[in-house]
Amino acid sequence: MNMIEAINSAMHVMMERDPDVVVMGEDVGYFGGVFRCTAGLQAKFGKTRVFDTPISECGIVGVAVGMGAYGLRPVPEIQFADYIYPGIDQLISEAARLRYRSAGEFIAPITVRSPFGGGIFGGQTHSQSPESLFTHVAGLKTVIPSTPYDAKGLLISAIEDNDPVIFFEPKRIYNGPFTGYYDRPVEPWSKHAAADVPTGHYRIPLGKANIVRAGEALTILAYGTMVHVAKAVVEANGVDAEVIDLRTLLPLDIETIEASVKKTGRCLIVHEATRTSGFGAELSALVQERCFYHLEAPVERVTGFDTPYPHSLEWAYFPGPIRIGRAIAKIMKD
Amino acid sequence: MADGPLRSNLPPLELHVPEPRSRPGDPVDFSDVIVPAAGSMARPDEAVSPHDMRDLSFGLVRVLDDDHKAVGAWDPRLPAETLLKMLRTMALTRAFDERLYRAQRQGKTSFYMKCTGEEATSVAAAAAMQGDDMVFPSYRQQGILMWRGYALTEMINQIYSNRGDKLKGRQLPIMYSVPELSFFTISGNLATQYPQAVGWAMASAIKGDTRIASCWCGEGSTAEGDFHSAMTFASVYNAPTILNVVNNQWAISSFSGFAGAERTTFAARAIGYGIAGLRVDGNDALAVYAATQWAAERARSNKGPTLIEHFTYRAEGHSTSDDPSAYRSAQESAEWPLGDPIHRLKQHVIGLGIWDDERHAAMDLELAEMVKAATKQAEKNGVLGHGMHQPFETMFEDVFEELPWHLQEQMAQALEERAAKWPK
Repeated sequence: MNMIEAINSAMHVMMERDPDVVVMGEDVGYFGGVFRCTAGLQAKFGKTRVFDTPISECGIVGVAVGMGAYGLRPVPEIQFADYIYPGIDQLISEAARLRYRSAGEFIAPITVRSPFGGGIFGGQTHSQSPESLFTHVAGLKTVIPSTPYDAKGLLISAIEDNDPVIFFEPKRIYNGPFTGYYDRPVEPWSKHAAADVPTGHYRIPLGKANIVRAGEALTILAYGTMVHVAKAVVEANGVDAEVIDLRTLLPLDIETIEASVKKTGRCLIVHEATRTSGFGAELSALVQERCFYHLEAPVERVTGFDTPYPHSLEWAYFPGPIRIGRAIAKIMKD
Repeated sequence: MADGPLRSNLPPLELHVPEPRSRPGDPVDFSDVIVPAAGSMARPDEAVSPHDMRDLSFGLVRVLDDDHKAVGAWDPRLPAETLLKMLRTMALTRAFDERLYRAQRQGKTSFYMKCTGEEATSVAAAAAMQGDDMVFPSYRQQGILMWRGYALTEMINQIYSNRGDKLKGRQLPIMYSVPELSFFTISGNLATQYPQAVGWAMASAIKGDTRIASCWCGEGSTAEGDFHSAMTFASVYNAPTILNVVNNQWAISSFSGFAGAERTTFAARAIGYGIAGLRVDGNDALAVYAATQWAAERARSNKGPTLIEHFTYRAEGHSTSDDPSAYRSAQESAEWPLGDPIHRLKQHVIGLGIWDDERHAAMDLELAEMVKAATKQAEKNGVLGHGMHQPFETMFEDVFEELPWHLQEQMAQALEERAAKWPK
């Protein structure tokens, strides 16, 4: 399965197992979503469980919160993460705090799916990575898969979770693992082991990172598309780096991060989102607080620039192999 | 200069900034408030198309006439028992507000919000719904909890954020949450409950339930995007919802003109969405009951949502943190042309021969004593800031279902800080 099919399969499995799971969003019903992630679900489960919505992110999230309070498990789709802002008050003031403000009497077990990230010539309104807006909020969980296998297992865990989850899908790797070499063809997922996705139910727990490549010289922390870019750079440069796919930013798997950095003594953080106050800043602070006496070089960050995503200059913006390679060289020099 | 027709002889453009009808020191003029005669509005069948009831969005449904008699097609013809229970609950709401307002002034809590003059918009609405219909209130619907029989002591525990507060002292006073009485947790962010109520109602419809949802917001909050999102969703999915706008004329110091009241009514917001819209005399408990009953029947029979504008007046400040004398004429409240809802219902039941002034005075005394007793009971659990609060570790609970590592660490830090500050 590619990542789209894996995400579809997760919703399929959950809708079969739990009659309270409903799928909603712009174009998700009859058409099956602009990225086809919900294809076939309405035909199978009917239009009262899988339905199109008005173009109103505030409405989509707000309605999902009310449905969650009723006892359903809504899985709303925001068509692009760039469009999540009109719904953000319902996410950060309502969904995130419902359990807290009602002392556990009302919950919002919703999973907001949204394609995010750049590398598809989406310009400034179809390329953003707003994850750190959500990790800053008490009460939300933020999940970002990097393979079809992980996407399905993590999405099932998210839907089963009783807390509100933001599930960002790196759309650049929906069809194959992008390695950052934009002038080379992308190999489809079918050529990779991670495309071997079971059709049935399985979970990947939230809060558990994945060591995608073991190494001794350097720890690279990444998520989503950047896992593949970082791995490709490491392999091309022959660096003995440990590449960790965080999978969930909150809750974060601090144990795996700490153990790895204490072992390697060096840490590089890679994400697509803008640099200032990005999630890399949080990771860098955590590593510094917990691993300072094991560090042999300053923690480095490779990120997008602090500008909106430029359409024509996309590849100059994208934190690709050259930027990552230079950062690795710098960190290894010390 | 761009090419185009000459316009040098036009006067300059002007920005219109609304002004209320009177300011402090001004005489009050309510002559622009059109009050149709009680009983003059038609009552269509609950299944009517919204297109055939436009007049009801611009008129004012009134049942009690100037002599406090119930007249016209909207008269809900309630039994004596219901009338007297509504009267008692509205009086209880007022007694509660009086006492807890004073408690705030005595420093027992940080904040309080009265609903003086608006008691009918919650009590009569609750009376016309089923007890398990879900309500998504704003912050002036304490009357719903009173109608549904919630313990006053529980309400006061919440207001005092004390060790008896089942919300663990996290919410501002009056932001109750009572799921066992189908009363949703109140948010301070305005109108956010609107799409949530529609979502709850959609869920009820998805599951083939028979319960409907109802939500409340002030007229000022209709300017929020959430209001319009909710109207769109309610309309699109024919969600079984009653959407109440309590038009009490004032949003803190901004009069209803800043929410668009100079151009149209709030009930008429329904027309653009193809939703049924009713504008009712919010100080007439029988009109509020009748409108809610109509809307509930419509929702419950899958005929669609209804927007109800309750035309009323906020007789007190917005909250204890507000000073209405700084922005509005002191006479407004007394001269409000639709009177006081408790007085009007009281006169109505007296006119029916089922009530009298003596019984009313005795009831007021009894209710004041009841509230006083509940307050004393709640004070045994502490008042705000006097240390009798929930164990402080509860601060970290309920952020997530389970405590993640970073909150475990922060809780441990807080315990250490506490031990250092107050060594045993």
